[in-house]
Amino acid sequence: MLPWTIYISFLGALALVLLPPERRRAARATALLTALAGLAAALGGAAQYERHAPPGALVDLVNAPWIANLGIRFHLAADGISVTLVLLTGIAAVAGVLFSWNIESRTREFFALYLALIGGVYGVFLSFDFFLLFVFYEISIIPKYFLITVWGSTRREYGAMKLALYSLVGSAMVLVGLIAAYVVSGSRTLDLLELADYPFPPAFQHWAFLLVFVGFAVLAGLWPFHTWAPTGHVAAPTAASMLLAGVVMKLGAYGALRVAMTLFPEGLFFWQNVIALLAVIGIVYGAAAALVQRDLKFVIGYSSVSHMGFVLLGLMTLTQIGLSGAVLQMFSHGIVAGLLFAVVGRMIYDRAHTRELSELQPMNLSAAAPFVAAAFVLAGAASMGIPGFSGFIAEFQVLAGAWGIFPRLTILAGLGILLGIAYVLRVWIKALFAENDPMPAAVRFEPVSIPERAGTFLLLGTTLLVGLWPSVLLNLIAPTLRSPQFQTLWKGGSP
Amino acid sequence: MKELPLLTLLTLMPLLGGGLALLASRQPILSRRIAFAAALLALAGAAFLWAQFDTARPGWQFVERAAWVPSLGIDYYLGLDGLGLLMVLLSALLVPFAMLASWNIGRNPPLFFALILFLESGLFGTFTALNFFHWFIFWELGLLPAFFLVKIWGGPARTRAATQFFIYTLAGSVAMLLSFLALYAATGLFDFGQLAALARQDALPDALFARLGGSLFKSRETLAGLVFLGVFLGFAVKAPLMPFHTWLPSAYAEAPTGAAMLLTGAMSKMGVYGFLRILLPLFPGQMRALQTPLLCLAVATIVFSAAAALAQRDLKRMAAYSSLNHVGYCLLGIFAAVQLTGPAAAWTTEKAAALNGVMLQMFNHGLTAAALFYFVGLIEQRAGGLRGLDDFGGLRKAAPVFCGLMGITLFASIGLPGLNGFVGEFLIFKGALPLVGWAAAVSTLGLLITAIFLLAILQRVFSGPLQERWSAWKDLTTGERLALAPVIALMFLLGICPQILVSVSNPAALAIVKLL
Repeated sequence: MLPWTIYISFLGALALVLLPPERRRAARATALLTALAGLAAALGGAAQYERHAPPGALVDLVNAPWIANLGIRFHLAADGISVTLVLLTGIAAVAGVLFSWNIESRTREFFALYLALIGGVYGVFLSFDFFLLFVFYEISIIPKYFLITVWGSTRREYGAMKLALYSLVGSAMVLVGLIAAYVVSGSRTLDLLELADYPFPPAFQHWAFLLVFVGFAVLAGLWPFHTWAPTGHVAAPTAASMLLAGVVMKLGAYGALRVAMTLFPEGLFFWQNVIALLAVIGIVYGAAAALVQRDLKFVIGYSSVSHMGFVLLGLMTLTQIGLSGAVLQMFSHGIVAGLLFAVVGRMIYDRAHTRELSELQPMNLSAAAPFVAAAFVLAGAASMGIPGFSGFIAEFQVLAGAWGIFPRLTILAGLGILLGIAYVLRVWIKALFAENDPMPAAVRFEPVSIPERAGTFLLLGTTLLVGLWPSVLLNLIAPTLRSPQFQTLWKGGSP
Repeated sequence: MKELPLLTLLTLMPLLGGGLALLASRQPILSRRIAFAAALLALAGAAFLWAQFDTARPGWQFVERAAWVPSLGIDYYLGLDGLGLLMVLLSALLVPFAMLASWNIGRNPPLFFALILFLESGLFGTFTALNFFHWFIFWELGLLPAFFLVKIWGGPARTRAATQFFIYTLAGSVAMLLSFLALYAATGLFDFGQLAALARQDALPDALFARLGGSLFKSRETLAGLVFLGVFLGFAVKAPLMPFHTWLPSAYAEAPTGAAMLLTGAMSKMGVYGFLRILLPLFPGQMRALQTPLLCLAVATIVFSAAAALAQRDLKRMAAYSSLNHVGYCLLGIFAAVQLTGPAAAWTTEKAAALNGVMLQMFNHGLTAAALFYFVGLIEQRAGGLRGLDDFGGLRKAAPVFCGLMGITLFASIGLPGLNGFVGEFLIFKGALPLVGWAAAVSTLGLLITAIFLLAILQRVFSGPLQERWSAWKDLTTGERLALAPVIALMFLLGICPQILVSVSNPAALAIVKLL
């Protein structure tokens, strides 16, 4: 069932292209139905996986020859980590359509590109052939560029170009690593599982790991290659920034884990400390930068850098609990950042027509738009890492894993959490509450529409569900990390 | 038949009530009724637990246990002992009282009452959880409503007060979280009981050092000490203990009356509870090693806060510092009880007395301080926002009942025998004097200053010539009398028959003494 997530999304994109351009409502309905069908396939596939596969097993979905004389195969497979991220994509895709309901210009094209992007993302999470994975990876980057340049806002050409250049340079690095792995292994295959078994010479692993890991991690917002993220997020239209932070950044983290770390473990051990340091710098720097922004969307943009730092730190702990936290943080951040961008980009900006904190404050959103304010407060609490929301249990595992290996960095990351609390608190106060007494007369805002409510409840419900009942995902993630494909990562055993 | 999960139901009841109150927010009066009904139901539930509680049985009662996050070894584990029961009862008593105090709150009443209920749920969860993960959820759940209660309904300096309160408390929480994660990384445990069992064998520092020792932490003692400090910081900010108290005066002073009552009455007890339930059993060695500095902090809290209260001219700030002073006695009792006394059996009576005193003081101070803030709130409301010590005078003539009941509350706060405040403080000093004579001796200074400033309030506000502008001062209305009646009655009842509380607290105190 899982491969259908990919096919459905591309079919939906195709259907939209064939639709007459003026039929906006039909375009929206098609997009929503496609996203819902994708989510249904993801949920169905997840249920199937949980019921039938042995815990943590890697299940082959499709494995057919594709470019036979190069040994490239159309190989789709899934383990608990893929399933988790496919679920995330499904939820984020539906929420993104709901929060783009008010797109009036070129609706058809918007949703077609949007669905193509989604299809690419599903593809990356299910591909187990390096080449196939790379193709899907590129498919998800190209629509991104157009979504931003055509429907974006603040400095969109700049933001889109910066994002595209960073992504392409990252891809080029990955591509070089891919070709090198192909040549060095000499086994005429690009199957990830077969490559992972090949003992690459350590000296080769040192640079190949760095190339591939950093190439992917650029998209995950690894400091100091993160600078595309805030500008890209801010320039993007709401749905695109939701996807950008929600799933596209996860592509980077996923690729870093699935490809770079499992293929080149020796290189990983060599660079482990350096990357952990960069990750923590990202956590603290992202949070500190978010603390001083004047534009609300920039706050969320920098917060993404900070939260993705936890993913990278978790990956570098090389403990099962740390990696489990990293994967859960990918999921959690996808949901929470998606919600934050939805609240800021759609629910606040489309009503107040500003994102400047100083201009939002006099509008007293807490009284003028209570639903929006409540959603922002809850999303902010989730972002702070308040227990009960998904982010807590994720960061909690990352830090528990990090303690034994990087005590100094763990304490620094704790400082990052504190800064994270501070910037959310600051925007709560500045964006939602007018300061002067008596309150200014409430500005009248257009009421919150049904799609907005539905999207808010979907994302909030997900973060609460995972926060209060983390086993729903940990039952997928934890056994997978114990499976043979990750065995090379656990130096000297693991708790 | 499977037993009802009473504690879960009790914890969910306010959450549910708050949710319903929000759903009914288009009809504020209905919404307020729903909220109050939920608070009364929770009170009834707490009273039922009290009735069912078996004081003769040691250990946890009403236990609920189920696997929650198996991959991390986290259980859903709830239970109640005497200490937990007292705190649950106190919270359940104070919430309806606080609601009545802010019955006519102006802005967005449904949200106000819902937040109070969410806060109550956080309190119940904190006082019943026996697993860190579970406990921490509720520990933080209490904080968000408290922040918004101060931020939205507070006085003129509310934003600063609420922010300071929030950041301080969360900074403490983050430090505590890091410490617990270190414990988890070392032992794989989140269960308070299992961690305490390891601590009793002095195995925690070894486990920590085996897992985390190395370049950064060179000795076993430093590492264990740092982990202890992290947890300590979380509770020291919450209680608070000087010098981590600086958020308190403005937060209490700016909070609307109902919220201030809960902040001082119940939330400060979360910190003291943490000292008793978590810090003491998990880190007895570290507390013992740091006993003298800890005692100094407790004594400083007691004496300086009393002196600060004496210097204030704002009734609400006086009440805030007075509250800080009373919590200080609890901490004095706890720190005295860790005194190393040779053979385990020796000094048990003194330690048990001190800890019983602490628990009684927690309960009674919760009641008295909430009542005190209630009265200050009434004064502020009747005087149109004025609450200076010198703004009033002679109110006794205009409002004899008001004066009488507030007088009783002030005397209860001073610790007059026969009223509820006396027994707890007496037992704390009875235990602390033989154990740590110097600290107890200096702390009596606090008792003295407290008596001075509380009597000063009585004198300045109620005696002397009645000012012209207050000649029409309204005495307590029937509603206010009804709200106060149960609280004042309890002050007398618990003052005369303290064994009602002691019978519940004593087994819990003895259980803690055994851990030392």
